[in-house]
Amino acid sequence: MMKNLWRRVGLTVLGTLFAGSVFGGAVKAAEDLIVYTAVEPEELTGFAKAFEAKHPDIKIKWVRDSTGIMTAKLLAEGRNTQADIVWGLAATSLLLLKDAGILEPYAPAGVDKLEKKFVDPDNPPSWVGQRAWIASICINEVEAKKHKLPIPASWQDLTKPVYKGHVVMPNPASSGTGFLDVSSWIQMWGEDKAWKFMDGLHQNIGIYTHSGSKPCKMAGKGEFAIGVSFAYKGAQLKAKGAPVLTVAPSEGVGWDLESFALVKGAKHMAAAKKFADWSVTKETNVIYNEAYAVVAYPGVAKPVKFFPAGIGKAMINNDFLWAAKNRKRILAEWKKRYDSKSAPKKK
Amino acid sequence: MTALDIPAATGIEPPGSPAMRRLRHLKAESWIMLAGIVAILVALIAFMALPLYALLKKSVEDDKGAFVGLANFQEYFTSAGLVQSIGNSLTIALLTMVIACVLAFAFAYGLTRTCMPFKRVFRAIATIPILAPSLLPAISLIYLFGNQGLIKGLLFGETIYGPIGIMIGMVFYIFPHVLMIMVTALSTTDARLYEAADALGTKPVRVFFTITLPGAIYGIVSAAVIAFTLTITDFGVPKVIGGQYNVLATDIYKQVVGQQNFSMGAVVGLVLLMPALFSFIIDRHVQKKQVALLSARAVPYHPKPHKTRDMAFLGYCTVMAMFLIGILGTAAFGSFAKFWPYDLSFSLIHYDFDAVDPNGWSSFYNSLRMAALTAVIGVVIIFLGAYFVEKGQSFVRLRGIFHMLAMMPMAVPGLVLGLAYVFFFSVPENPLSIIYATLPILVVCTVVHFYTVSHLTMLTALKQIDKEFESVSASLKVPFYKTMLRVHVPICLPAVSEVMMYLFVNAMTTVSAVVFLYSPDTKLAAITVLNLDDVGDQAEAAAMAMIIVATSFTVRMLHAFLMKSLNARHSAWRTRSA
Repeated sequence: MMKNLWRRVGLTVLGTLFAGSVFGGAVKAAEDLIVYTAVEPEELTGFAKAFEAKHPDIKIKWVRDSTGIMTAKLLAEGRNTQADIVWGLAATSLLLLKDAGILEPYAPAGVDKLEKKFVDPDNPPSWVGQRAWIASICINEVEAKKHKLPIPASWQDLTKPVYKGHVVMPNPASSGTGFLDVSSWIQMWGEDKAWKFMDGLHQNIGIYTHSGSKPCKMAGKGEFAIGVSFAYKGAQLKAKGAPVLTVAPSEGVGWDLESFALVKGAKHMAAAKKFADWSVTKETNVIYNEAYAVVAYPGVAKPVKFFPAGIGKAMINNDFLWAAKNRKRILAEWKKRYDSKSAPKKK
Repeated sequence: MTALDIPAATGIEPPGSPAMRRLRHLKAESWIMLAGIVAILVALIAFMALPLYALLKKSVEDDKGAFVGLANFQEYFTSAGLVQSIGNSLTIALLTMVIACVLAFAFAYGLTRTCMPFKRVFRAIATIPILAPSLLPAISLIYLFGNQGLIKGLLFGETIYGPIGIMIGMVFYIFPHVLMIMVTALSTTDARLYEAADALGTKPVRVFFTITLPGAIYGIVSAAVIAFTLTITDFGVPKVIGGQYNVLATDIYKQVVGQQNFSMGAVVGLVLLMPALFSFIIDRHVQKKQVALLSARAVPYHPKPHKTRDMAFLGYCTVMAMFLIGILGTAAFGSFAKFWPYDLSFSLIHYDFDAVDPNGWSSFYNSLRMAALTAVIGVVIIFLGAYFVEKGQSFVRLRGIFHMLAMMPMAVPGLVLGLAYVFFFSVPENPLSIIYATLPILVVCTVVHFYTVSHLTMLTALKQIDKEFESVSASLKVPFYKTMLRVHVPICLPAVSEVMMYLFVNAMTTVSAVVFLYSPDTKLAAITVLNLDDVGDQAEAAAMAMIIVATSFTVRMLHAFLMKSLNARHSAWRTRSA
């Protein structure tokens, strides 16, 4: 009796498991669209819901990692990539992918309505910008007061000895935010001055993080008082109740475009095109604007709460082409200088 | 060796047609056994040996697949940052090994050689770390000793991000593994030695250094080897809390995931394989040297009450238990605090994983499915494998090869195995590549990763069953598989349950082997913990780790319950037969 019972329980469990793993995949009717992205994970569910409401026959499968990692992954996978569309990746990175011949040029329906400088000038464009994310400094006001740290107003301020061990910054090799910081410093000041600045900054860095939002989140929790991050994260944390002040440094701030591009030979090209078309609509740009102050569709953007004042004017005249061309060299130099050292030297 | 080498199980062959029938019968049976051994052997070669070969091959190729000799190694050993990681890894592993061994030895001493109360409670608490992914202690340590840490004053201004954090986290993570071996080592002793020492009036310190320590030395070496290997190959702790302190395990991840530099990843993988292989060989060597401590006349040791000693160990074990519970409790606390450290009110928002990660909760269900499949499929294969090794009648050399292969996964770090799988299974020309980026590859990888310990457990259980069963069933003309199903499987049920639980819990918590192998549809809960921590969602990461702990704990309880009911049935069977 007992034996039979155990056997039956065992069989039922096994049966359910196999049914679950085998039929779980087969029953699904919707077409899968594989999207590689570097957009903050917490935003992805919302985007997928909005798109799938319009296109119930398509199901989005996100593959998400930081910008640097997504770029490296796509370059390594090349034409064999699983991705149907790359979505929300830095324009600098898409330029590299365009050079590598991975992208399929496509003009989404309605792309002509977008701001010209947000779209690849080629016709049809290989990549289309969605919205700009902008560097900023997140400062925890409570911790700043506690450690008697003045509120930094400029990048150069961050090299002052008073901030020693209080600053966190994303590693530019893995984080797109980290790279746009480094790229903007070099574009603003030239190589020598920029590297000298980074040498000084390195002395004050607590840790380098993997992702661009983590420094701001750490600042939000007071783990480190100051995080070099991007404006949206600071504003969002402030809205959630974190004692975070977001500052746009006076010298100017780096930025990059979250952009999308179709992948050559994509298995689900038709679905990818639908997603691309949806991505340039006014409605979708309204969603972009919920978090980011600068979007591709003109006239949509409303100011985002808690964004640093005057950040639009602080945006530097970013040369994507230069940034893309020099990316590899800059990252190699950065790694040589700061990555191989174990910890910032104590004095 | 051919299929004709069939031993005559019962001696002289009786002449005539019944004997012919029996021979034919035996032959068919042996064919089945041969097929079984070969099938599992082939599986182990395909899912372990060949991937490792692919890794080796990758290390002498460039990223385009052209042969470049030792160029990758040259590049590795001339890159200061990467070589420094070897030193860092060795330092951490050696220090952690010493600390963990001392702490675990004292704890084991308290459990086996004193009369302190609450031994069973302490034993149970000591297994807590097994239930959690190694990312959990690191996350907890940030809550405790980070810049906003609750008790960061204890670090006297040192930072937790770096070697100190890695070491404390590792000690937590490896403690139960080291303790288990220490307890076994200290349990097997001959009380007559102590009686003699007592009669001679030997001082306790001398007794400790001349009887206790030498008696346990092989166990201590084994424990040290395990501690060293686990520490040097773990990836979760240094990933979360290592800061800029690079170690080999995080280097592999950075090379492969961060820079997609697969050749260099393969080189670092081989470098990491060396110390693991080395310590594995030491352990094998020591195990062979160990002679039976317990002769037939040995008297089991029973500690006598000694108030000061018992109280001292009660105090020590309480402190240790508080450390273990404290780490787990901190993660729980962090996961429930609304906005740590500014708003500590209770909240469940951090358990709403889908709000922060599109694969949040689904990754947990993937983990459940993966762990259940690993337990069920793994236990069948491992049981059959152990059965063939222990109870097989012929094919001695084949069984020897098989046993050797079954011991190998112990020496292969999870990260290295996972990376080897990428190289072997991602090649479209390989017919096995159909399982790439699916749930089955995660199951296979996990079964192989945890094969050795399960194999040994099963082997021990099977060894306790008298060989007479085979002879008797052979003379009764019962084929071996019937005897196996009717005798060996039921008697081994406790071991079967044990192995299933071991596989399930490890499949829930492992990160290292699967971190290169998951796809968007098969992301696992422990990977989600890693990703959440990467983007700075520490509370959510802690929450997901707690969900894993709760699941492992439930399965453990289920196992305990099953054992209880099995035991009841077993004793019933024993009384009937007596």
